[in-house]
Amino acid sequence: MDPLILSRIQFAANISFHILFPTITIALGWVLLFFKLRFNRTGDEKWMDAYRFWVKVFALSFALGVVSGITMSFQFGTNWPGFMEVVGNVAGPLLAYEIMTAFFLEAAFLGIMLFGFRRVPGWLHTTATALVAFGTTLSAFWILVLNSWMHTPAGFELRDGVVHATDWFAIIFNPSMPYRLVHMLLASGLTVAFLIAGLSALRWIWGDRGAEVRATLRFGAIMGAVLIPMQILAGDFHGLNTLEHQPAKVAAMEGNWETQSRVPLVLFAIPDEEARENRFEVAIPGMASLILKHDFDGVVPGLNDFVTEGGVVEHPPVAPVFFAFRVMVGLGLAMLALSWSALWFMRRKRGIEGLPNVYIYAFAGMAFSGWVATLAGWYVTEIGRQPWLVTGVLTTAESVADVSGGMVLSTLLAYLAVYALLTAAYLGALTYLARKASHGGRTTPDPAPRDAGIEIMTPAE
Amino acid sequence: MMNLFGDPAIWLPFAFAVLMGISILVYVVLDGFDLGVGLLFPFAEADERDRMVASIGPFWDANETWLVMAIGILLVAFPVAHGTILTALYLPVAVMLIGLILRGVAFEFRVKAPTRHRSAWNRAFFAGSLMASLSQGFMLGLYVTGLVITPATIAFGILTALFLTVGYSFIGASWIIAKAEGPLQRKAVGWARGGIWGVLFGIAAISMATPLVSGRIWDKWFSFPSILYLSPLPILSGVLLYLLWRVLQRLPLPGDRWAWAPFTIGTGLFMMAFGGLAYSFYPYVVPERMTIYEAASAPESLIIILVGALIVLPIIAAYSILAYTVFRGKATQLTYY
Ligand code: HDD
Ligand code: HEM
Ligand code: HEM
Repeated sequence: MDPLILSRIQFAANISFHILFPTITIALGWVLLFFKLRFNRTGDEKWMDAYRFWVKVFALSFALGVVSGITMSFQFGTNWPGFMEVVGNVAGPLLAYEIMTAFFLEAAFLGIMLFGFRRVPGWLHTTATALVAFGTTLSAFWILVLNSWMHTPAGFELRDGVVHATDWFAIIFNPSMPYRLVHMLLASGLTVAFLIAGLSALRWIWGDRGAEVRATLRFGAIMGAVLIPMQILAGDFHGLNTLEHQPAKVAAMEGNWETQSRVPLVLFAIPDEEARENRFEVAIPGMASLILKHDFDGVVPGLNDFVTEGGVVEHPPVAPVFFAFRVMVGLGLAMLALSWSALWFMRRKRGIEGLPNVYIYAFAGMAFSGWVATLAGWYVTEIGRQPWLVTGVLTTAESVADVSGGMVLSTLLAYLAVYALLTAAYLGALTYLARKASHGGRTTPDPAPRDAGIEIMTPAE
Repeated sequence: MMNLFGDPAIWLPFAFAVLMGISILVYVVLDGFDLGVGLLFPFAEADERDRMVASIGPFWDANETWLVMAIGILLVAFPVAHGTILTALYLPVAVMLIGLILRGVAFEFRVKAPTRHRSAWNRAFFAGSLMASLSQGFMLGLYVTGLVITPATIAFGILTALFLTVGYSFIGASWIIAKAEGPLQRKAVGWARGGIWGVLFGIAAISMATPLVSGRIWDKWFSFPSILYLSPLPILSGVLLYLLWRVLQRLPLPGDRWAWAPFTIGTGLFMMAFGGLAYSFYPYVVPERMTIYEAASAPESLIIILVGALIVLPIIAAYSILAYTVFRGKATQLTYY
């Protein structure tokens, strides 16, 4: 088989698996800090219980993030050597700064954060928690700078076909970076908000009526409700910015073939790249022009503009971008509806008791909606950049490694098997932790009486 | 600033080669003991396993970050070599990555997943450590023999794979000697005594192969004045091995004296072996094919990284020391609160 296709699938599989875990740890780090500070302030045990439960989820997610991240850093060399050869002078320093400023910071303080509660003074434990949270956010910053630069490269010049940096400020603050960073950080916050609300709802269903579950479900719902309008707004700005720099991507997202005014907003369709038209289209007339140009008569570029005279297609594959975009936006709207109506039911301190039963189940069902939306969003972004790897500089096909298809296929299958196993184990462990917590009331027994029959205190738990 | 030390196209690649060498060495010693502990897992009882994991729990993530650092420097400072080396080592790299994945997550899952799965995760912990150690040793063998695949180099790679694995379990055992007490510590002394032979033969095998595969290295070793520069290495290594053997005969001593000696001496041995390799291969980054000067990135990009590294590395050192101080002493049980 074609090593290019296989390498792309392998890269997509690896990064998709990796991104799942940072998406959780980036925001969960800050949430843990919040729990810790609430406990420091109020002395209310429920916040410490929440901390103890979620720090386990954090530790598990972090471990998965680290090991899959290590795979990522080898991928560039094993599968995409052309990438570093052409853009290494820009990508190199960015990756190096991520390692030096973020990874070591997280790694060193993670141990203290997880296992140091009794060994270090309280302030140091709180500081370690804050530094780990800061470190994960910092690594997101650096990697998104690099990723955004690949979409909207700036501040460089080509000498003998190799990229040389000329302006680091322009490289770091490239046109799409602020939008992508904000949108990704909010995505992480939403993923965590719905995960917390969802697992708490699950514990409620399993009969846990403790103060901790009440607090965390309410916390997750409020966090979601606060963040989702910001996310929709950020997404809108992100789209406008993309229209300016990568119009072909937006045309694919909208399923818009012809450059025209009064472009309809396509709610559903099956884009057909052979016939170059949409099938089964359901659309609202003029809305896409209104959203993208803030004017019904605004002219929006269409996909047919990105086909050369000779018939060479220079726009991304339409269907995956089109559908992924709808999955993301659809989930965003579902999050909006759920969190805001839930808040309405929980108003005036009625809390979780005010929620109709279906809401509890809805929250449990949406526990991993953030993951799906995030993956969908990244598929829009990354597939929407094709055929380029670095827009206008380097195509994906140019950078692939000279290894045989069979070799890539064998490693791809191995990775897929491991990822399937680990995703199942991760989901299993989270539900197991939730079940254990809802039965024991607390997830960890008091240290003094250690009743071997009921629960053995295990290291590193 | 760039011309302060002469031509930046000369001293910058050299500086990065040194940084990369240090990162690899730190990785091999630090993750070496983590992997070693994993390799010794099947020989330990259930309660001992918990303590063994506790002895590496707070550190393993930071230890593994040195691998990211080493591969990162190769990636950013020598991009051309990076592609050549990693595509040549495509399969062993994948085996190592899967091993590291299994090892890293088994840590967490063995205590968080349902109890009935624990023994499966214990096995995954061992299997992951084994895969990572074997593949790293295999890659070392292939690298030493010039990154070409022939039956002879593969055979040699298998040999180095076995020796590095024994070497890791040796350093893992000496870590447990330092961090454990009572029966587990005595057991670890026994493990270390067994591992010492692997270290000895491993160093000997690589030392014999290196000059044989390369005429250049042969000359570097055995021609007149340079043989003098190199001679302290084997002599010192011999002294260290002898010391190690004596110490292990006597351990454990009352009052836990000398408990750190095997780990310290083992680290010294790893440093000697590594120093020898670095000396032999300089200035090549891809043996006999590409020097660090040919493979280096543009000086303007390297200097930006170097300035950052000079500021950040002392800070990294400081918080590594903090972490090791917080978790010094014997490993007990780890809890989240
Ligand atoms: C919880 C996750 C989540 C939710 C609810 C949304 N997004 Fe999103 N979106 C992401 C998570 C995400 C992401 C995974 O984080 C992406 C991929 C790359 C990026 O910067 O953010 C993304 C990319 C992305 C892009 C592609 C930008 C580009 O590649 O140039 C656009 C236009 C939008 N989003 C717009 C929206 C809109 C209009 C939403 C309204 C409901 C929305 N997103 C909800
Ligand atoms: C932020 C750092 C990222 C970098 C540096 C990066 C880099 C790359 C590279 C080198 C490719 C080319 C290989 C290929 O075509 O498959 C690619 C494609 C791709 N990436 Fe990313 N990526 C990043 C983030 C993500 C994330 C977070 C996701 C999804 C969760 C993602 C999903 C994809 C997909 C699906 C492709 C395949 C597109 C296609 O081949 O049609 N990427 N990216
Ligand atoms: C091609 C792209 C990527 C590479 C090469 C990469 C590499 C890595 C590596 C090596 C680690 C482990 C660090 C350690 O040892 O502690 C890691 C962890 C991490 N990565 Fe990535 N990564 C990539 C994409 C991303 C993306 C797209 C994001 C988020 C937007 C991200 C965010 C993080 C975070 C927050 C961590 C901290 C560990 C965790 O929380 O799981 N990375 N990454």
